[in-house]
Order: sequence, then C-alpha cells, then structure tokens
Amino acid sequence: MYDVVVIGAGVTGCAVARELSRKKYRIAVLERESDVCEGTSKANSGIVHAGYDAKTGSMKQKMNVRGSELMEPLSKELDFPYKRNGSMVLLFDENKRGELEALLERGKTNGVKDLRIIEREECLKLEPNLSDQVVAALYVPTGGIVCPFGLTIALAENAAVNGVEFHLNTEVKTIEKTEGGYRITTGKETFEAAVVINAAGVYADHFHNMVSEDKLKITARKGEYCLMDKNVGDYVSTTLFQLPGAYGKGILVTPTVHGNLLVGPTAYDIEDKEENNTTQDGLAEVLSKAGNSVKVVPTRKIITSFAGLRAHEQGGDFVIKEVEDAPGFIDVAGIESPGLSAAPAIGEYVAGLVAEILPKEDKEDFISTRKGIPNMALASDEEKHALIQKNPAYANVICRCEMVTEGEILEAIHRPLGATTLDGIKRRTRAGMGRCQSGFCAPKTVEILARELQTDMSEITKRGSGSRFLTGINKE
Amino acid sequence: MKTSIIIIGGGPAGLAAAIAAKEAGADDLIILERDKELGGILNQCIHNGFGLHTFKEELTGPEYAARYIEKAKELEIPYMLKTMVVDIASESGVKKVTAMNREKGLFVIEADSVILAMGCRERPRGALNIPGYRPAGIYSAGTAQYYVNIEGKMPGKEVVILGSGDIGLIMARRMTLEGAKVKLVAELMPYSGGLKRNIVQCLDDYGIPLKLSHTVVDIDGRDRVKGVTIAKVDEKGKPVAGTEEYISCDTLLLSCGLIPENELSEKLGTGMNPVTNGPFVNESLETDIPGVFACGNVLHVHDLVDYVSMEAAVAGENAAAYVKGLLKETCKEIPLKAEGGVRYTVPARIDVNRMKEEQIVRFRVANVFKDKKICVYVGDSCIQSLRKKVLAPGEMEQVKLKKVKLLEAGDFDSITICLEDA
Amino acid sequence: METRELICIGCPMGCNLTVTIKDDNEMEITGNTCNRGADYARKELTDPRRIVTSTVRVRGGKYPVTSVKTASDIPKGKIKECVKALSKIEMEAPVRIGDVVLQNVADTGVDIVATKNV
Repeated sequence: MYDVVVIGAGVTGCAVARELSRKKYRIAVLERESDVCEGTSKANSGIVHAGYDAKTGSMKQKMNVRGSELMEPLSKELDFPYKRNGSMVLLFDENKRGELEALLERGKTNGVKDLRIIEREECLKLEPNLSDQVVAALYVPTGGIVCPFGLTIALAENAAVNGVEFHLNTEVKTIEKTEGGYRITTGKETFEAAVVINAAGVYADHFHNMVSEDKLKITARKGEYCLMDKNVGDYVSTTLFQLPGAYGKGILVTPTVHGNLLVGPTAYDIEDKEENNTTQDGLAEVLSKAGNSVKVVPTRKIITSFAGLRAHEQGGDFVIKEVEDAPGFIDVAGIESPGLSAAPAIGEYVAGLVAEILPKEDKEDFISTRKGIPNMALASDEEKHALIQKNPAYANVICRCEMVTEGEILEAIHRPLGATTLDGIKRRTRAGMGRCQSGFCAPKTVEILARELQTDMSEITKRGSGSRFLTGINKE
Repeated sequence: MKTSIIIIGGGPAGLAAAIAAKEAGADDLIILERDKELGGILNQCIHNGFGLHTFKEELTGPEYAARYIEKAKELEIPYMLKTMVVDIASESGVKKVTAMNREKGLFVIEADSVILAMGCRERPRGALNIPGYRPAGIYSAGTAQYYVNIEGKMPGKEVVILGSGDIGLIMARRMTLEGAKVKLVAELMPYSGGLKRNIVQCLDDYGIPLKLSHTVVDIDGRDRVKGVTIAKVDEKGKPVAGTEEYISCDTLLLSCGLIPENELSEKLGTGMNPVTNGPFVNESLETDIPGVFACGNVLHVHDLVDYVSMEAAVAGENAAAYVKGLLKETCKEIPLKAEGGVRYTVPARIDVNRMKEEQIVRFRVANVFKDKKICVYVGDSCIQSLRKKVLAPGEMEQVKLKKVKLLEAGDFDSITICLEDA
Repeated sequence: METRELICIGCPMGCNLTVTIKDDNEMEITGNTCNRGADYARKELTDPRRIVTSTVRVRGGKYPVTSVKTASDIPKGKIKECVKALSKIEMEAPVRIGDVVLQNVADTGVDIVATKNV
C-alpha cells in the first residue's frame, strides 16, 4: 500500500513527487515510457514565463508567478541550467498598442516586477536584429529560460534519492476506488494507494474520467519548433514573444539556455494524442511567423525540428484540485503553458493538498540538494583536470559537437534513475544534440550503453521498446 | 610540450600531409587523431576503387589507408590516438593546440605550424528539415556504413535512401549484399550527386530505382520508422502536391551532402569560404594565418581520396618549408574568381612568385553541363582552356595553371576560372 | 549494326562509352580515356564481372568483422552465391590484409582475401 501514487513522470509529476518526498510518505511514480520527461516536458519552449500573461486570479497566474520566483533558487539547489535572460512582447501594429498596455497592467496586477513598455529605439539597443515592423515592446526583465530536461530530471533524481519509487515502462490501465483509496492496475504490477495524483498530461482526462462522473476533456494542442545551431544562438539574447492571440503566446524566437536559437511553436488542436510529428505546413508557418519578429530567420542553420503536445483543458486554466466525487484523487490537469514555469509551484501546492488529506511528519533526512552531471564543455581547465584525475573517461570525447565525454555518459547511466536509452543519454548530457545530431556519437553511445547495462548492442533503443537501433547482424 | 608541426587528423589527408612534411625534412611533428586507429573514414569504406591514381591499382579503403599508415610508421612519425583537439589559438606566431586523451588528460602542445586535416561530416536530417516523426531508424549513410562495415551489424532491413551522394549509393549496394531490401534512392536534384560508376555498379546492378527530382516529405512511425512519403519536386526543389507516394520501410538513410568540419578553424579565426565551408587558402594551401595549412575534406569535400592525398602532400611540403624558413613570404596574392558555372576554386588566391611551374586549381561546377570548356582568364584574355564533354556537380574538376602563361600575361589583379561553350 | 551506351566503372572518372557492334560482332568503342575503358566495354557486353567487397565475422579481434574482397573480378551472376558463401565463415583473429579467407569462391577460381587488419 502506497500513500501516494503519481501518474506521469513529466515535469509536473516529478515536481509533485519531489515535494512530497519531504514527508514520510511511501510514494510511487508510474510512467508508461522508458524514462522521465518523455511527453510534453521534452518538447516545449523551455521558457520561464514571468507571469504577466495569465488571467489575474487564475491558477495559471498564481502558479506561474510563484513558479517563476522559485525557479532560480531551485536551479541552484538542484543544479540545472537556468538563465534570467529577460523577454519582450513585440508590438507590430500601432493600433494594437492598447493591448500591449493592457498586458502591462495585467502584469503589474499579477505581481510581475520591473515591467515597462519600451519604444523601438530602446528595443533595438537590446536586440539589434529585430525586424523593421517592431514599433514597441513590453520589456520583461524577469523572464527566463530553463533546460526542460534538466529541470525534470533534476526533480526526478532528487525525488528518487529521497525514496520515491519510479516505475518506468509501467502504463496505467485501470483505476478503481477501494475502501482506503484506489487500486491501479498496470501492464505489470497492481498498485494500491491512499492518494492518487493525476499528472498524466494529455491523458489526464482519461484517468480522471475513470473515477469521476464530472467528466474532463483535455485536447492535445500541437506545437512545432525548429532548433538552430549554436553559432546563431546569440542572434537574439532575450526571448521575443509576439502580442498574444487566441491560441497561446504565438511564435517566439529565443535563445535556449544551452545557446541554440529556437523558434516556434505553432498551435493546432489535434485528435490523436500521440501525433507528435512535425508537418511541412507547420514548420513553414513557424519560420514565416518568426520572420515577423527578427530581420532574418537563419533557416540554413536549422539542426532539428520537433513537435510537442500541450494538454489544453476546455476552461483554459490549470485544473489542480481534489476531484469532488473522488476523494483522494487529485487532478493536476490542463498543464499547458506556462506549465514548465509553474512546475515548482505546482509541486508545492499539490504537496499542500496531499498534506490536508493525509497528514505526515517531515523527514529528518530529506536531501534537498542534488549535483548535476559534470559538464566538460563548460568546465574551467582546473575543473577539467580534476575530473580527468578522478576518471580518465572524462578525457575521452564521445560527442564532438557538444564536447560530451565518456565520463559524463557513464555518470548519466549510473546515477539514480540513470539513462537506459540513447534519448536518455542525450537529454542528460547533450550527447547527440549538436549540429551533427548524433551521426558520429550514436554508435559510440550505443556501445557504452550496452557495455554498462551488460546487454547486447542490438538491445539498445532510442527511447524504449519498439525503438531499437539495430535490426540484426550482417548476412542473417 | 613543443613541436614544429601538428597535424590535426590522422585520416587520408593528415597521413599524406605528415608523410610529405617528414620527407621534406620536418623531423619534429605529430599527428593527433581522435579515433582509436589511424586511417579516418577510409576504415569504413570497404568498397574498392581507391588508389588508381596514387598506386595504379584498385584498393579498398582500409587497404589504401594501410599503405599510408605503414609509411608513416616506417618514417617513425609520432601520433596520438583517441586524442581530441578541443582548441587552437595563435599567439604571435606560436600555435597552441589544446587536446585531451585518457593518458595525458588535458594538455597543450605548442607548434610553429598546424595542418588542419579534420575531414568532414554528413548533413543530418534536421538540416534538411524533413517533417514527420522522430523514430529510431533514421541514419546518415555514414553511420549505417560504420555499423555494417565495422561492427557487422544491420541498422535496418527495408531501406529508403534519400540523396544519391556516393556514400548513399555505396550503402545501397552494401545493405543489399548484407541482406536488406533497398527500395529506392530518392534525389532532390535532377541529377545524381554521386559518381556515375557508382550508379551503375551500386544501383543498376541490383535493380534499385533512382528517383531523380524526388524527396522525402514525411516520416512515419513513432518508435521505429514504418515508412516514408516521397514526392516529386519542381525546379525550385519544392514538393509537387498530388505526387506523394508512401513507401513502407524500417530505415531511412540520408546521403545529402558533406560539410567540412571546421569548428577548430573557426576558433582559430581563419577566413572561411561560405561556398565550400572550408577555409580560404593560397597556392601553398596556407590559410590566412601564416603557418596554418589545410587539406582534404576539411578544406573542401572531395570525391576521390587520391586527390586528397595529393593535395595533402602539398600542404605537408609547404608546412615543412614554412618551419624551416624556406617558404617565401607572400608579396602579392592574386584572387581567383569562380564564374560562369564554376562555384568556387581551391586555392582561392595565388602568389605567382611562390607558385610552382604548374598549379592545380580544383573546383566544382553548379550544374550538369555538356560540351563546355574550362577557361582561365587574365583580364580579357583567355590564357588557357580545356574542353570537357560532361561536367557535373558531383565530380570535382581541376585545371593546371601554368606559371609561364601567367608570367607572360604581365600585370593583373585577378584570375577568372569559368565555363564557356566549346 | 547496334549501338550501346555504357558508363565505364573502371575508375571514378566514369567515362561515357559508346560501343558500336558491327555485323561481324566486332566492337568499336569511343569515349574512353584509357584502354581500361575499352576492356570494360568488351567485358560488360560479353561477360560482365565485378569485384565484390563484403565482411566476414572474426572471433577475438579488435572488431567483430573484417572487410574482404574478391582478389579479382568475378562474373556478375555469381555475386549472390559469393556473399552467401561468406555468411558461413568465421575467422580467428589476428587477420592480416591479404590473408586468404576463402579459396575459389562459388567456383569462380577467385579467392576471397581480407582487406583489413583485425
């Protein structure tokens, strides 16, 4: 019997699990994929929104503003890449200045600090590559960027270190109410829990509807992105939004926390919740609309494109509450943008809800900090020497584009919740995320994974069963 | 640590450069190689066709490499394996190369001269911006070649190849011989990017269709590739609606061009040619940083290793001359202009005083041309020309500039290489 | 009289060959840069042959396979049989360049030799 079962190991589920692990709960996180951070959390803008945008008084607003405050200290505590680079909401049409001013007012009301509207000249001082159409902007110095994998994995690892059990490759099949809580069947074991946290992203409605008569509907809203080479990563320094429309925050142009340039996303509602493919039209739209914000979109520098699915709830707000007709079942649903920014606050808030249902004392031995995988590319010469001294594998470069060494890959495999797939290595170390997109390092990474996991190279997958890298041997 | 010449890369270019430098009397030199053996990409190019110019016999890649490796060992040229160069800087003439390996950790070697021979890499899917899912089963042709030829493992069973570059064509045959079904090769351009002989003996021999003016417009399959959609493209390379065709397969190989790997050259600050993605060099294959030379695929992508070896030997000889103080200082470098169907030239500049009696200028053309002549102009006068029945972008061309002809031409500011009707 | 267009595969130059087959079966070949082109055209139209390159498994070497080739060209029609014969072979390391891997492959009279040190 578990105290809490969390469904979904995305950023929300992991943030909740980590907060809950402060107390003496027995916790399990159930994830259908082979790794944490495999859904919406892995394919988004990586933005820490300041919180000017959400409707005042909404859950989105509360969680976003608080999450944005928590992000920087959390990034130090859990050692993941975060940067406060500031953002701008660009105005292209003088006639819409009223909307920009309204946004400024809402931001102020929402408690966002240091907001102001700046005119074209000042905009250009901050961002020389802005397009000719920009007339003014709302400048948001508290906006930030974060590594979405770094954040999610850090939360998960820290939760695991504090006793949370992660059950990967474990897809929830049914949930039924029992005397003291819920019985959850999966493709493998059956779990009993007093409290269930439904953090299942685009499938949160599916699980909610298993226990409640008050039905929920989550729509998958696809967002397509193009990622560009680090050699154009400084094309902009702040995150450039366009004045928001009905479908989210429009196409943004932003540096990533790792120094690439990212443009996107589109926003289209789709039927199939697995349809995370990019499309010709979608990518074309991203590039064309990004061209409104900046002079030239460096399309020749694209190194990859991807799509993510946001979990959009009809009401347009986050749904974070105990389900009325299902006591002990807590929805954390509709976590679309600004979900990443809000995650630390959501964790805190949900832990509060659980504490009311199931009070427990704090752990005395809670470990609040976590050290990330060393990063040879960013390390000083002294740090490099020290790491190599510790393990010569840190001198063996595997991914030349991102300068990732065998030492880092070994660390990614052997730490808590270690990587077992190629994508797992990629998200933990950036091996394969550079301009050659793993052409050179994939075979080497596969070899290391097979060796360390004591299995055959043919067993290694890109991201779990069904995605094997090799299909056999020659002349079979 | 100090030496006179550091050769970065122990593939065909680095080996030939090192051997030539040593034979020209540079005793103090070292090759830094990132892989676990010398030979570079040749080790996985197990097909034949190498060495016809150099050795007058037809060798496979590993055999060709072995000849140079043996020679380097015979000459006792020092080399370090599994050693990655992470930085180069040039401070008042001294080149500082920072590298890493397991044995020595992070270390710096100082040298008078550096030969850049890092080779090239393949364009990934992202650079082509092919829409669709991102499953396992999408490989660059070179990655597949590594698996099949070095590891003896199959990356897939039913294959579609996008791009008819040489590695793609060679892999069509390799995968077929090893038991896979290669369904087709799609090529965006109306002509192949590979050598004609490879179309004959890698595709035609095995009945593999080559679809020119076609590209992949969608990739299907969430975990592993299930199929791809190909479509015809118009003159601008845009897919034509209504021509889509779904091909089921578990593997998509990409052979869509090679990019010289010049991260280090950029750190060093050599001027880069945006057409070749390699550094600009003069007749001595010296970049605009004195004492830094470049050769092989890092300079511009070749199709024949024999030419890489020849070019690299020139870089090696000149580096040796440089460190011995025998390479004359340049007085006047004349730019070479690529016009009329010629995309670029290597070298990009020539000092007529420094050049040998004959200077090989290598280039590629922008399209398929028939019955043309390659012309060399100095001012208004054509000083040399060479008839060609066929020219294609996939095949590197060359013209040998004659020093006497340039000297006869007197004073001039540029040399133009162009194509004209024959 | 019959004309056939071929591309020479003798070397990477890939010369475009035009072969005119006269009534007495005499061949006239144009477009070749060297004699190899003429030889290739004659062979290709009468007895097409190819050099085959492939891999063979190796036990205990630094790599799981070594690369191999037919020591000279073999009839095109024998390629499949040749590769099939290789699938059954496993070598013991060390393998040196030039080592004979298989004699008289597919009854062609041609040996398979290793092309890599493993």
